[in-house]
Amino acid sequence: MSGPNTSFDPKQVAVLSAEAVASMVTGALLAASIAPDLAALKEVRVTHAGDRSPLALANRDIGALPPAAKAEVGKRVGEARATVKAALDARQVELERARDEFALAEEFVDVTLPAVRNPLGARHPLTTVMERICDVFIAMGYDIAEGPEAEAEWVNFDALNVPPDHPARTMQDTFYVASPDSGVVLRTQTSPIQIRAMLDRPLPIYVVAPGRVYRTDELDATHTPVFHQVEGLAVDEGLTMGDLKGTLDHFAQEMFGPGIVTRLRPSYFPFTEPSAELDVQCFVCRGTSIDNPEHPCRTCGSEGWIEWGGCGMVNPRVLRAVGIDPAKYRGFAFGMGIERTLMFRNGVTDMRDMVEGDARFSLAFGLES
Amino acid sequence: MRAPVSWLRELVDIPVDQSGRDIAARLIRAGLEVETVETVGGGVVGALYVGKVIEIEELTEFKKPIRWCQVDVGAPGGGIRGIICGARNFVVGDTVVVALPGTVLPGGFEIASRETYGHVSDGMICSERELALSEEHDGIMVLPAGTAGADAGPIIGVGEEVLDIAVTPDRGYALSLRGIARELAISYGLTFRDPGLSVAALPAPGADAAPAQCGSDDFDACALFTLRTIVGFNPKAPSPQWMKQRLTAGGMRPVSLAVDVTNYVMLELGQPLHAFDLDKLAGPVRAGWAEPGSTLETLDHVTRNLGPEDLVILDDDGIIGLAGTMGGLDSEIDDDTTSIAIEAAHFASAVVARMSRRHKLSSEASRRFERGVDRTLAPYASARAAALLIEYGGGQYVGMTAVEAPFDPVVISMSAHEPAAVAGMAIATEVVVGLLEAVGCEVISNDDELSVTAPPWRSDLTDPADLIEEVIRLVGYDLLPSTLPVAAAGHGLSKSQRLRRLVALTLAARGSVEVLNYPFVGADELADLQLAENDVRRSRVRLANPLSEEQPFLRATLLPGLLATVRRNAGRGLVDLSVFEVGAVFQGECARPAPRPSVLMRPSAEEWAALTAILPSQPLHLGVVLAGERELASWWGPGQTQGFADAIALAQVLADVIGTEITIEQGRDDAFHPGRCAEVKCAGKSIGVAGELHPRVIQAWSLPARSSAVELDLDALIAAAPDLRSAPVVSSHPVAKEDLAVVVADSVTSAAVLQALSAGAGELLESIRLFDIYRGPQVPKGHYSLAVALRFRALDRTLTAEETARARQGAISRAAADCGAVFRGA
Repeated sequence: MSGPNTSFDPKQVAVLSAEAVASMVTGALLAASIAPDLAALKEVRVTHAGDRSPLALANRDIGALPPAAKAEVGKRVGEARATVKAALDARQVELERARDEFALAEEFVDVTLPAVRNPLGARHPLTTVMERICDVFIAMGYDIAEGPEAEAEWVNFDALNVPPDHPARTMQDTFYVASPDSGVVLRTQTSPIQIRAMLDRPLPIYVVAPGRVYRTDELDATHTPVFHQVEGLAVDEGLTMGDLKGTLDHFAQEMFGPGIVTRLRPSYFPFTEPSAELDVQCFVCRGTSIDNPEHPCRTCGSEGWIEWGGCGMVNPRVLRAVGIDPAKYRGFAFGMGIERTLMFRNGVTDMRDMVEGDARFSLAFGLES
Repeated sequence: MRAPVSWLRELVDIPVDQSGRDIAARLIRAGLEVETVETVGGGVVGALYVGKVIEIEELTEFKKPIRWCQVDVGAPGGGIRGIICGARNFVVGDTVVVALPGTVLPGGFEIASRETYGHVSDGMICSERELALSEEHDGIMVLPAGTAGADAGPIIGVGEEVLDIAVTPDRGYALSLRGIARELAISYGLTFRDPGLSVAALPAPGADAAPAQCGSDDFDACALFTLRTIVGFNPKAPSPQWMKQRLTAGGMRPVSLAVDVTNYVMLELGQPLHAFDLDKLAGPVRAGWAEPGSTLETLDHVTRNLGPEDLVILDDDGIIGLAGTMGGLDSEIDDDTTSIAIEAAHFASAVVARMSRRHKLSSEASRRFERGVDRTLAPYASARAAALLIEYGGGQYVGMTAVEAPFDPVVISMSAHEPAAVAGMAIATEVVVGLLEAVGCEVISNDDELSVTAPPWRSDLTDPADLIEEVIRLVGYDLLPSTLPVAAAGHGLSKSQRLRRLVALTLAARGSVEVLNYPFVGADELADLQLAENDVRRSRVRLANPLSEEQPFLRATLLPGLLATVRRNAGRGLVDLSVFEVGAVFQGECARPAPRPSVLMRPSAEEWAALTAILPSQPLHLGVVLAGERELASWWGPGQTQGFADAIALAQVLADVIGTEITIEQGRDDAFHPGRCAEVKCAGKSIGVAGELHPRVIQAWSLPARSSAVELDLDALIAAAPDLRSAPVVSSHPVAKEDLAVVVADSVTSAAVLQALSAGAGELLESIRLFDIYRGPQVPKGHYSLAVALRFRALDRTLTAEETARARQGAISRAAADCGAVFRGA
């Protein structure tokens, strides 16, 4: 490092003139701006801002100046060095970014390539419809009851007011387990779950019971020997048929949309009295297709209503068989086929599609229905 | 039950503007399910004329005899027309039905003037089948009489609307025009002319013959037996055209006057009748129980083996009929019958139902008796029949004999406000009483208390609830309010219900497709599954009446159904597939008959226990079958075959999802590859199996190589899941990582080594992960090396190098002690 300079030659300090410094800066800035890459810029930095660069040398020479000139020239050279450094730094950032962008561009891929290596499976739509129904009733405070598929004949028939030799037994073609008089059948309906619920649970009872049921029908487009039902049962003080109707209306709206109502038609089931067939208003045409040949409805066959299930007030005989006092409690019950529900709700046209386990059928539904 | 509308109109003055569809709507609202409204000859478009045959020329030069007829169809039909006809059952002077050119017959067949058999045939003489009136095609229709040129439609019943009603088992009375008309009368608020309340006018019994005698051996089974005798009947007398039309419209085939009359009265009143040829009977006719080993050939030419559960009709020579079900062949009316005995009786519903079921014999009579016939109707019905027989077949009325048990009509006490309480809407007492009287009840009211006597045709009315239903249905279900009860506070889904959804969702999200297979299985399938005879999955629960003898058992394993489903999918081109099922399996057997407790009270705890103990155990299983590739070849590389590891991974993942701790052990299972089968255990108990299927199973079901499967006892898996999961303490101190490798003999499982290392590493061990397996020159023959990554961490401090080294050494020492592991390096 140079010591204080007390005597100097003004001629010698010409390199520190404003013009000279400006020229050094100009040279440096030009070199930085044209440096094509980071390696070149590194050389520019050595040449124009390194220890041996003109500006560094000029800086060193300041010490030799007379005190009166030091401040002015020092300021000039200092500003020049800062300008050069800033330019170099800016160019550095610019070139780094360019380098990075180039590298990223090199990593370009086709993002439209198929990305899913392990495709999704599916739930069976019958199961998801049953779960949907259960959730509607869970929200109303009901519990989900279950029972065995191989069921005692007493539970499947006798306790439901279908005595032996009653014609209603031949309404449902029954699979008998082991032998025709074993007293064990494959349940023909989910109604035996009502009996179990009433025997097992404290009053009042509000349950829905989904499950598989069996009848000796051969499989075809509209029949299957193994199918699914959902049963509902409420036993409480003061229940009315209006309550049954209101519950079904609410259920229908949850399943088919706001404003959909149900219709009850007198019918016969041994375990309910009064009994009714349950129709739901067509959720597609809402009845506008009736007597309107211009706009027929495929969902309801232009009837305006779709047969959905059966229902009624629990027969007091059934309450008696499970030890519930019919003078104090009344019940209502309803049931519907899930296959049928899926057929008209989701447009399934052939029963076999729901039975055969063809993956394409369920995959079309995914995890919901 | 088919009900012609004109017949209903005879019994009720239904407003003329009401169509068959209007009437059907009324009946549906009252609970009679009208399935169809058909129009007789509904396919006929255009006129049908009454024609008189005035000349017949026989044309014999053709392969079959042909007639060239001149038929007068009157001025409306354009006079006399020449018509070619192939039928031969008519003569000159007969009245026939003629369709002229332009008329379209059912099936879209348009009549046209055309040249045939050397003549221009200018119309067609019609048979019943051509007009879709019946299947009758033994010649053309010959009408009794008529004016040439008149509209033949009304005469032959074309245009008649017929309601087809599916009658529910409780409404036996609706298996008659009488019952249906009564419902219509109530619905329209009109007067009902009951054809079953007046005895038809009969001639005075002749004195020169004695009526056939009758009896009943058991009044519980046959409470009423009547026999009416007619002699001198003309067996050749035809049934009147109107009767044949109504029978045909009602779905019955006209046979002969005697048979037609019994059927006609049955349709009209609902009382089954049977006509015997009196000359074929020996002695009195009675109802009684069959002797063991007796037989009867019924009218359908089937010989029935009878026993003491069969109520039969007997004469002195033996059995002549199955009571209320079908008559015997030997006593049948025939073309020469001149003496007729008409049986009209009342048989108990249960008796007839049992016989009908046992003999698989459902007849018009048994359908009515099963559902209940008017207890008092028999003599009225047989009088109506006798009057018709005498009117159309001549003969002399001889008289009636009858035996009858006392009849006590059912009297039901009911409070008048109960229908309103059940319906949830106001129904005035007068309305209640009025509607009950309309259905035929006698009602005595004492303030709120009603004493109701059910009519004899309503054997279904026995309880107050039955009367309540009558009232509410006749008020109209469409008037019910829609109210929502407030349910008791619920519990939401049960643990099992929640976790089952989670399991199914997880499987579906991981690519498996849920299926719902039939639970029927055959012995061949179980043999194909390589199961030993004593395997618990060899089904013991057999159906008494399977749909197919190929699959008479209920499954004790889900595998056969799943394998068949995979095969079916493969057959349809979907080879790479995973399917799963959650379903019940049936274990154990029904060794003895289930008890049948009373239904008049709650079964006792013992009765209920005995009842449920008899059922096979029905745990829910989860089954998965993995076939082909789980990841197909694509831009990312080659496809990945689903194998044993995927199956075992699923078992582990599902256990993890629901929080159940399981262990995987080397297993043996006949259905699985002997070296690639894992036993899944929970708390030391086996709950299932996972791995690669046995090559013979794969071959039997034609599955892709290496197909794998899982079957778990889902109930057991869920039962072991925690009800509550405790939060961990998460340490924020740094982790210390240690990798090491040990060498063990091939006979030592990786699980055993990992378990020993974990146990030896002590409490500071946070996790252990196997990251490599090596077999080769670097380790002794018959041995392999396992490389594991250990992570140590303390809750309260940063571990020192000494602590970590100590824990690591503990792991190595324990593995050496437990598994003979030799430390290979870090």
